[in-house]
Amino acid sequence: MTDPETWLAGLGAGVVLLPLAQLAALGVPPLFGVRLGERFITRVVQWTTGLGLVLALAVGAGMLAVGDGHVTLSAGRWVELGHDYHFAVKFLFDGLSVAMVVLSFTLCGVIGAFSARYLHREPGFHRFHVLYAVFVVGMTVASLAGTIETLFAGWELVGLSSALLVAFFHERRLPVRNGLWVWSVYRVSDAALLLAAVVLHHVAGEGDFDKLLGTRSWSEGVVPLTAGQVWLIGGLLLVAAAGKSALVPFSGWLPRAMEGPTPSSAIFYGALSVHLGAFLLLRLGPLLEASPGLSVAVAALGLATAGYAALVGSVQTDVKSALSFASLAQVGLIVAEIGFGLRYLALAHLIGHASLRTLQFLQASSILQQHRSIENAVGGRLPPGTGVLSRLVPDGVRRWVYLWSLERGYLDAFLADYLVAPFLRLFVWCDRVERWWTDFLTGDASRESDAVELHPEEEEVRV
Amino acid sequence: MNLLALPWVELTVVTPLVGAAWVALRADQRRAFYGAVAFSGLTLACALMAWVAYAQVGWTHSEPLAAALGRPAFEIDELSAPLLPLVALLYLVTTLATARTKMSRVAFGGLLFSAAVRLGAFATRTPWLLVALLVVGMVPTWIELRARGKPTRVYLLHAGLFVALLVAGQAVAERVDPAVGATLLMLAVLVRSGTAPAHCWVVDLFEHASFAAALLMVAPLTGVYAAVRLVLPIAPDAVLQGISVASLVTAVYAAGMALVQREARRFFAYLFVSMASLVLVGLELHTPVSLTGALCLWISVPLALGGLGLTLRALEARYGRLSLADYHGLYEHSPTLAACFLLTGLASVGFPGTLGFIATELLVDGAVADRPGLGLAVVLASALNGVAILRAYFLLFTGSRHAAVVPLAVTPRERWALVPVMVLLLAGGFFPGPGVESRHRAALTLLRQPAAEMPLPGEPPGR
Repeated sequence: MTDPETWLAGLGAGVVLLPLAQLAALGVPPLFGVRLGERFITRVVQWTTGLGLVLALAVGAGMLAVGDGHVTLSAGRWVELGHDYHFAVKFLFDGLSVAMVVLSFTLCGVIGAFSARYLHREPGFHRFHVLYAVFVVGMTVASLAGTIETLFAGWELVGLSSALLVAFFHERRLPVRNGLWVWSVYRVSDAALLLAAVVLHHVAGEGDFDKLLGTRSWSEGVVPLTAGQVWLIGGLLLVAAAGKSALVPFSGWLPRAMEGPTPSSAIFYGALSVHLGAFLLLRLGPLLEASPGLSVAVAALGLATAGYAALVGSVQTDVKSALSFASLAQVGLIVAEIGFGLRYLALAHLIGHASLRTLQFLQASSILQQHRSIENAVGGRLPPGTGVLSRLVPDGVRRWVYLWSLERGYLDAFLADYLVAPFLRLFVWCDRVERWWTDFLTGDASRESDAVELHPEEEEVRV
Repeated sequence: MNLLALPWVELTVVTPLVGAAWVALRADQRRAFYGAVAFSGLTLACALMAWVAYAQVGWTHSEPLAAALGRPAFEIDELSAPLLPLVALLYLVTTLATARTKMSRVAFGGLLFSAAVRLGAFATRTPWLLVALLVVGMVPTWIELRARGKPTRVYLLHAGLFVALLVAGQAVAERVDPAVGATLLMLAVLVRSGTAPAHCWVVDLFEHASFAAALLMVAPLTGVYAAVRLVLPIAPDAVLQGISVASLVTAVYAAGMALVQREARRFFAYLFVSMASLVLVGLELHTPVSLTGALCLWISVPLALGGLGLTLRALEARYGRLSLADYHGLYEHSPTLAACFLLTGLASVGFPGTLGFIATELLVDGAVADRPGLGLAVVLASALNGVAILRAYFLLFTGSRHAAVVPLAVTPRERWALVPVMVLLLAGGFFPGPGVESRHRAALTLLRQPAAEMPLPGEPPGR
């Protein structure tokens, strides 16, 4: 390894390790009963995120200076079982990953600074920042992943922090229910990605991106797979991306996720997490290139999502939901661009959109004040916006589309009524059968748990 | 004197037995508790020394004792060397985490006796001695159920079935027909492991027994050990496939059942059945990768679910048995327990950064290589378990707020019981290499040779 490469690898190691240090600093002391103050937490967040951004920029600048568009940082093969299996932890610095990690550190830094004030004296201040640290680790690992298994690890960490932050105001039931719903969709997405990773390993013998896609520019790789294999792996990746980026038919979880505090809504659903599915498709773009049919499917899914989000977003009555659907419409367009093979455009679109939307989400809490300021400035009410298209559509159709949009396309209702409910009903029925069986074996009522108090914590405390 | 030359394996079995006798003579329950902790700690130290002696110089047993008896009664090999410390650790942390208010209700002598029996079973490869210890291992739980005045019929029926199948299977395998014997032994293993439809006894046990007794009865996965020692060496492919299919169905079924449970213990029991079945799935696929995955899961599942069980037990010590029919909002008063619940729960389903991550990857990899449908089912079970864990977390720790009149935070003893478990889970996640390689060697040994031909006493471990 030449000297500049050693330097770049060293800087890259710093980029990966700083978020881990942040998580360790915020997450470990409480396990030993140490309480952390707001000032300490804020300092840790500021320093680790700021330094991470500096190092990421330095890696990018170094790569440009050296003219090397591809730096690999290997943490070695963590597991190697002869020729049967290996698990390598590898980080890849190229145009795509450096852009994504710089974006992540920038926006996480903004959110860190914002939330230090926004959540000041909030009881969950520490909890928020631990989950935020999990998210930063997840985003960094997923962005820089050099193997699909490493990407999967980051992907899951982002999902967990997302679900727990949706349920941040956890003394209320609705955020908690929505957090569980988000987590359930993410688990489907995770399962698809895990299967894709395993299948990829089997058919290609590699999960390492540089070996699988080659070491040329991130947008020019070639995949040595058959058409059938591409369809199988690509299909699984598409399901994974759809779940993570709330593409149709999984879009219903996005407005539910708005229950979280504004900073997390901004960073997750306006900026980074919601784009992770698009990032996955960008990273494995050469796979799409190998199959025109798959590319068409990706583009169609993106356009369908954009159309859906545009319609549903237009009838939302609260600012965060409206912003979330606006965000989804753009994500849909980005996915469509990827499907059409416009990957650089998609990357630029992703970065621009994430930055703009973060700003809009952070302003969401003062939107009414801003609206009034504008009205005061113009000296009257702002006119309601009505599109030309809506005037051309017959009334009946407009009414139907309005109701359909108001019900968010019935997507959530469909999943809840036709997938989740029958599934749960089946197991409730099995539970009844088991009760009958154990009652029969016992010769009496077999379940002590039937007598368990619903809320023992409200009774006299036992300790 | 060479410290490693001491008969550590035998001491591992004898120490808790002596402890059981000592504790049984104490009238003061607090002294009995401290004695039990001390003897459990000594047992763990002996087990660790046995592992070190095996790893350093390949000593599997004490030569003078083996010469005196004619053959080694207790010995370890690549498979069982880390399992002894694991079982000893489970007993130690369970004893240590006993709440002061519950001390009078725990039979510490019985716990130590069952530890000796369980460790003896894990330290023997002599078939009939193993059969005898497996049979004796069923007795302390039955005594505890009787002593608590609980219904025993479900337990007794399944234990009787297990004993009958086990003894008959071993006798038939040795004297009549190995294939028929293997089938009977397979059925015995399925009953002991709680494979559907013979899983009801595990759930029933958690309904009626003390949490500690139920946890220690199932956590070491004794049925899996019986499968490895008694079934694997003689089983025809059809028997292995039978175990595999039954376990896979159980893994998915129990995961679904965990999702609809309305009481915490039942949720835990189903979660355990599901995860334990996954270990059996990998074991019976009989390929190096799947077997390695199963053996890794064998370490991670007892450890993670042991930690989760202790967390639930700690909650029960404060509030009594907990319903999952409504939200409890316990986070505010027990944030450390909430973190432990989440961390150990997610570790049990192989979340990134924990010991189970690589194990699950290996298992899915091995399953997909065998039959893609199997891989899909393993991923489905894991995804459902992940949802069940977060559902239980939300129901127990969030969704409500209540005021406590006394401190309900984690106690120092509970912290010292849970922290090592979490440290091991995380350390195994970040440095999986040595552990997985050790399990891979054990897997290769199992695949290469029948049990009778596994490394001879005194032979160095296969490395």
